[in-house]
Amino acid sequence: MKFNIKVWRQAGPNAKGGFKSYAVDGILPEMSLLEMLDVLNEQLTKQGEEPVAFDSDCREGICGTCGLVVNGMAHGSRLKCTTCELRMRHFEDGATVTIEPFRAKSFPIIKDLVVDRSAFDRIIAAGGYISVNAGSAPDANAVLVPKDIAEKAMDSAACIGCGACVAACPNASASLFVSAKITQFALLPQGQAERERRALRMVEQMDKEGFGNCSNHAECEAACPKGISIGNIATMRREYMRAAARYEERAEAAGAG
Amino acid sequence: MIKVAEEPILNANIPDGPIETKWKTHKANIKLVSPANKRKYTVIVVGTGLAGGSAAASLGELGYNVLNFCIQDTPRRAHSVAAQGGINAAKNYQNDGDSVWRLFYDTVKGGDFRAREANVYRLAEMSANIIDQCAAQGVPFAREYGGTLANRSFGGAQVSRTFYARGQTGQQLLLGCYSSLMRQVDAGRVKLFPRREMLDLVVVDGRARGIVCRNLVTGAIESYAADAVLLATGGYSTVFFLSTNAVNCNVTAAWRCHKRGAFFANPCYTQIHPTCIPLAGASQSKLTLMSESLRNDGRVWVPKNKGDKRPPSQIPEDERDYFLERLYPAFGNLVPRDIASRAAKRMCDTGYGVGNTGYAVYLDFSDAIQRLGRDVVRERYGNLFDMYHEITNESPYETPMRIYPAPHYTMGGLWVDYNLMSTIPGLHVLGEANFSDHGANRLGASALMQGLADGYFVIPYTLGHYLADSGVLKNKVTTDHPAFKEAAAAAAEQTKRLVGARGKKTVREFHWELGRIMWDHVGMSRNAKGLEGAIRDIRALREDFWKNVSVGGSDGDFNKNLEFAGRVADFMELGELMAIDALHRNESCGGHFREEYQTPEGEAMRDDKNFCYVGAWQWSGNASEPVLHKEDLEFDYVHLAQRSYK
Ligand SMILES: Cc1cc2nc3c(=O)[nH]c(=O)nc-3n(C[C@H](O)[C@H](O)[C@H](O)COP(=O)(O)OP(=O)(O)OC[C@H]3O[C@@H](n4cnc5c(N)ncnc54)[C@H](O)[C@@H]3O)c2cc1C
Ligand code: SF4
Ligand code: FES
Repeated sequence: MKFNIKVWRQAGPNAKGGFKSYAVDGILPEMSLLEMLDVLNEQLTKQGEEPVAFDSDCREGICGTCGLVVNGMAHGSRLKCTTCELRMRHFEDGATVTIEPFRAKSFPIIKDLVVDRSAFDRIIAAGGYISVNAGSAPDANAVLVPKDIAEKAMDSAACIGCGACVAACPNASASLFVSAKITQFALLPQGQAERERRALRMVEQMDKEGFGNCSNHAECEAACPKGISIGNIATMRREYMRAAARYEERAEAAGAG
Repeated sequence: MIKVAEEPILNANIPDGPIETKWKTHKANIKLVSPANKRKYTVIVVGTGLAGGSAAASLGELGYNVLNFCIQDTPRRAHSVAAQGGINAAKNYQNDGDSVWRLFYDTVKGGDFRAREANVYRLAEMSANIIDQCAAQGVPFAREYGGTLANRSFGGAQVSRTFYARGQTGQQLLLGCYSSLMRQVDAGRVKLFPRREMLDLVVVDGRARGIVCRNLVTGAIESYAADAVLLATGGYSTVFFLSTNAVNCNVTAAWRCHKRGAFFANPCYTQIHPTCIPLAGASQSKLTLMSESLRNDGRVWVPKNKGDKRPPSQIPEDERDYFLERLYPAFGNLVPRDIASRAAKRMCDTGYGVGNTGYAVYLDFSDAIQRLGRDVVRERYGNLFDMYHEITNESPYETPMRIYPAPHYTMGGLWVDYNLMSTIPGLHVLGEANFSDHGANRLGASALMQGLADGYFVIPYTLGHYLADSGVLKNKVTTDHPAFKEAAAAAAEQTKRLVGARGKKTVREFHWELGRIMWDHVGMSRNAKGLEGAIRDIRALREDFWKNVSVGGSDGDFNKNLEFAGRVADFMELGELMAIDALHRNESCGGHFREEYQTPEGEAMRDDKNFCYVGAWQWSGNASEPVLHKEDLEFDYVHLAQRSYK
């Protein structure tokens, strides 16, 4: 197969970027989009031109490293599919394929298609954990978790932190990502002790990082390669309200005492 | 002729006493760092996978000042994230006869008697604590209706001791570990350095005191000093180019430590995983693993007639050869990986393979679907089936999967003693990067267990002992020390040399060629002639690499080609050592199969009289002349016997 690749090139964080077009040939239908970019980069290297910078690692849809906007859609148009899993057989031979980085104010561009998503780490650091030091855990079967609750927690925990939800959202909101973590822990008995603190701190950090607000476009859910449901966002809202209320109560109680 | 050193004798520092109490006694006897003193120590942890991440988090919890490095943009993407099937633990929740002893026994036997008994016993002992820890972190393990944890069985075991979280066990364990790590980041005890590649180890007065790395965004060469260095940089299967590992997996950190004096043990022990999606084309960048758990319900077969090109649905039952069930009735489709892989290779080499290339066998779920129903099969394997479908455009619900073995895991790695310390004092090695617990073949679901045991439960004790004992605190070094300057200058020079290379061949072409040599001659089965040829070919290729490679771009910013070039340069040296190791080991054991040494049925034939040792190689300054050191292995508890899964 042959393609015309229209790809975003930007030399550095502050450089001006723009599209450049390249032709590639000899692409097999079973190749992934990233393997097609590999072919392009081999070609560019041989011509003495600088290869297109993009990032990937596992190439099987689990690490969350890859993540490109393909023909205007984060991870391309296939449902529940990361960029690295996207096969060329889903494109028409001879077509133009437009490839851009994930764009969001909170994801500054590093080079070409590579962006900085460290804001996600800072949100997790703010409260996306259960505080348990190594060695202090009780026997795993001492705390029972009903099967359906474990399954639901797993649905939320499946997030790979790719950031497609942010890239797809007109407001560049990180709500789907943040809510998935809050929901996972809110469901589990192990997560109860820090439930309120977690919701408050993670949401505050999300705002601090400059992500936009959620106004229910649901583009995030459509782009998410792991099928994280926007139901998580509703849970996050409830968790946040609940936490804010309880914190107030406790502050009052403390004041009265 | 290889040089064998008599000195120094490799001392594994195994504590005295019966195996059941060694670790307990050791913990009681080793030195401690007082709580108030811990924050005075700086510890570098390279790697954020299960091994590195759990170590960094645990050391942070204890109060040490931790610097944690990784190649990816965030710790959560370390390659551990890709593990699918599960993690073993001797919980005996199923009441099916499991115990610490049995897990220990299975692992020693599974490793074909080339692992260190004391280490394996400790690993089995700690396995239960790992599950407790992970469940407490909120890892959503699979559960029974009553709320207790569910188990499945995994290759090479006759009990159900594998814990799992759908087909994403590695991801969930890593996210648990990452959350603990981020909690320490928030507490200010761990400082993260993502997008850094370690390029050298700095040794001062014979002790590991820091690292030099390249900032993969700015290109800057950076130096960091510490009181100890922990290496948890994963395995080196990508030496084969095509493997189930992520594209950034590398040997660079370990190899540079090797060149600074850390011995490299059993480099030829590589695991070729039986259930991977077969190679489709020349531009393929990796091979995808289909979890071994599939062999619990899938049946492996090939047509009974050579070259039978009919579609599988048209091959009647009595013309199918379920060769694993036929050859190994006791374990059937659940034989260990090395056995299953070699059996599949033998079938294909003798003309029974299927698919376009003839290099594939079927993994068939039709029986399971009939027996359990589609929904149960979907619940167990749905995401794996989807993944297979997405890649091959075929649905395993309708037609058997095609699978073929692929490089997957490396049992070899830097030599460590019982305390996980390498031959360089202060340099500790954890997880897949060390050589220790799996011998010549790793059983399924035991790498996750080992990485987490090393990081959560071993190193917090043994590192304290080293720090307290070594007096490093009285002897602080900074990056102004000449050793740092020398290492940084060397790293900068190599980077400059590579980025300036304007030859005719790309880095990827060199890597592909090296991978071909390794797969053909240092892969699933090996013989002396092939290995000798491979050594010659690798040398020639290495020479050509430095003359003819083309890298390009700049060393002052994000440059993937440059990153890969440095890694391939190291693979060119490691590849030769793997071949030398495989050639010197005149026996077959586990994943190391030498065609000259096999039983009449084609099984691996060990030579315990001459090779019951760990082969630990010392860098001599010349990649072609490594020096061999031997650590003799003693089997006091599991008696040496030919492995049989019949
Ligand atoms: C597809 C797949 C499925 C698997 N499934 C299972 C399973 O079901 N059960 C099981 O037990 N095992 C499984 N394994 C094996 C297991 O996942 C690995 O052995 C284990 O996770 C390795 O963990 P680690 O912490 O040692 O290394 P990794 O997780 O590979 O982490 C390495 C870390 O080191 C960093 N690093 C590497 N080089 C450098 C450098 N030069 N400078 C700086 N940082 C560096 C990386 O960035 C990363 O953070 C599987 C492996 C694969 C590939
Ligand atoms: S919620 Fe979905 S789209 Fe967003 S980061 Fe997680 S996996 Fe990616
Ligand atoms: S490269 Fe890992 S998800 Fe795409």
